[in-house]
Amino acid sequence: MSVVLEAQQLTSVRAGRTLFSDLSWQLAAGEILHIEGPNGAGKSTLLRIVAGLLQPLEGNVLLFGQPQREDPEHWQRQTLFIGHKPAVKAELTALENLQFQSRLDGVTLDDPWQLLETVGLLGLEDIPAQQLSAGQQRRIALARLFYSQAKLWILDEPFTALDTRGIDLLHQRFAEHLEHGGALLLTSHQPLTWSGERLQRLRIEAADE
Amino acid sequence: MNNASTWQLISCIMRRDLAVALRRRSDIINPLLFVVIVVTLFPLAVGPGPDILGRIATGVIWVAALLSALLGSERLFRDDFLDGSLEQLVLLPAPLPALALGKIIVHWLLSGLPLVILAPLCALLLKLPVDAWGVLMLTLLVGTPMLSAMTAVGAALTVSLGRGGALLSLLLLPLFIPLLIFAAAAVESTLVGTSAYGQVLLLAGLMLLTLTLAPLAVAAAIRVSVN
Amino acid sequence: MWKWLHPYAKGEATYKLLGAWLPWLSGLAAVLMTVGLVWGLFYAPPDYQQGDSYRIIFIHVPAAMFSMGAYTGMAIAALIALVWQIRTAEWAIAAIAPVGAVLTFVALFTGAVWGKPMWGTWWEWDARLTSELILLFLYIGVLALYYAFNDARTGAKAAAILSLVGVVNVPIIHFSVYWWNSLHQGATITKFEKPSMPPEMLIPLLISIAGFLFLTAALVTQRLRNEILKQELHRPWAQQQLGVEVNHGV
Repeated sequence: MSVVLEAQQLTSVRAGRTLFSDLSWQLAAGEILHIEGPNGAGKSTLLRIVAGLLQPLEGNVLLFGQPQREDPEHWQRQTLFIGHKPAVKAELTALENLQFQSRLDGVTLDDPWQLLETVGLLGLEDIPAQQLSAGQQRRIALARLFYSQAKLWILDEPFTALDTRGIDLLHQRFAEHLEHGGALLLTSHQPLTWSGERLQRLRIEAADE
Repeated sequence: MNNASTWQLISCIMRRDLAVALRRRSDIINPLLFVVIVVTLFPLAVGPGPDILGRIATGVIWVAALLSALLGSERLFRDDFLDGSLEQLVLLPAPLPALALGKIIVHWLLSGLPLVILAPLCALLLKLPVDAWGVLMLTLLVGTPMLSAMTAVGAALTVSLGRGGALLSLLLLPLFIPLLIFAAAAVESTLVGTSAYGQVLLLAGLMLLTLTLAPLAVAAAIRVSVN
Repeated sequence: MWKWLHPYAKGEATYKLLGAWLPWLSGLAAVLMTVGLVWGLFYAPPDYQQGDSYRIIFIHVPAAMFSMGAYTGMAIAALIALVWQIRTAEWAIAAIAPVGAVLTFVALFTGAVWGKPMWGTWWEWDARLTSELILLFLYIGVLALYYAFNDARTGAKAAAILSLVGVVNVPIIHFSVYWWNSLHQGATITKFEKPSMPPEMLIPLLISIAGFLFLTAALVTQRLRNEILKQELHRPWAQQQLGVEVNHGV
């Protein structure tokens, strides 16, 4: 399997505290990397570094062998990051949010209603997002995954606020993504249903000096 | 693979900002009402005689415009920051300064342009001679884009602070001084019967300079703020 | 540039280098300021027009010069901090800004005191004084932003961006204020501009200017040393410098 993502000797220091140092790993197509660790260990920081929101103090991240800093735009075209905050506009309806977001992702939705149905928001499309529950807002954000062609998904706690059906749905979608040669980097407190060679685990603990 | 072009992304961000703003009309209207109310206060404070009002009219209208720009500025990136849209903005495959310029233009359409249209009403209330109305509107037309751009710099710098209001005024008001001086002088020279051409041209030059450099500063500030 | 700067991106090397400079800078500042000020305030001849009140220029002019100079220095540090991501340069912003603000305040204060005998009022909307006042606001803005953030690094970067925005604006503000002033009261500024100064006044003024330069440099150096020590307190070399062991009870 070809290597999608490679981290080389990543070191990150936040607010004078070393979160991790000399972290190296590889992620191949069709694989999941599950970042584990206690609260404040630097899981989100690691994901934000890979997404390109943060600079590591030292080290490199490579996508298909290309360093991040060389061509950030190319990097951003190939990756999809969904963080803690759903990036859903409270004033806009679910449908409007999907339409704007898909255009920002460079995708023209042929049938937005189909997508609404898939993520279980059909019938709620006319309600401003601020009146929806946290789980429903989360579903608007995660709807991106159902049309995304990005090779690498970077998801920070994607299961937060989702019900069991939502979690199952997401697992199904992950499986499709991996079958199509995608790679997935995520943090989660929920157990993942995968086992075996597809799933890699990386445990990070805040290292005290 | 996201194949959207830079222009598609900018126009999409701009349309989304407009759609959001049109759902919150009070945020557009309140700063304008603020200007009208401030303008109304002055005749009550200094007396309604046309001599004194006509002399201070330009200054009052422009200071009110500066303060109203501050009033709405905190919102410029605050919602985007809180709901995560700002970090998604950074991750779009397009130059961040170009996206920032798009947001500045939308902000101007919703705050600066209405102010230009409102100017004759303020001029009327303050008994500014009718000959000077045109130049007043012209200075606002050229000056308010600068206000939007500078405000965006300040807003992007302070967006990650919970309460940036007072700090924002401290950062921005000194930078508004050249704008205030040249705009007031342009109207003044019309009132005394000389041409305001030079001052307006100078303002236009400053506007172009600001619209060129401010997006770079906004982009740098956004990157720092989403850290 | 990078090669030359890189060793000094590390706190310890910079701290020691600055420590080596400090005695020279403070020594020169002390000698030059004593000579310049004593000469200027006591031995230089009185002005034929202003009498003794002109003597305040021996403080006012250098303070005003380096209030602007310090802002430029701060902006250069900001540029280095943003482009090369050097932390020492970030700290330099925090080291320079208060020194610059105090120099600005001194220039403003002495200008106002000078204004009393000159114009008969403590405050005159003179172009130079107005510019200094705005400069003071700009310094306060940078300082307020620097210390507004919980994360020192974020604050430093935000302040760096603001310094650069400010340094682009300073000439524009300066020009606009002078132009505004000429529009409203053309006569006053010429009183400051002395057509030619006799050498008995000029030489102590130049000495005093040099003294202020070294004073500014010495103050910034010492402040930067403190800042480095404060930020690097978790490192052994910094603890050794202070002769203490700092326990990290997290």
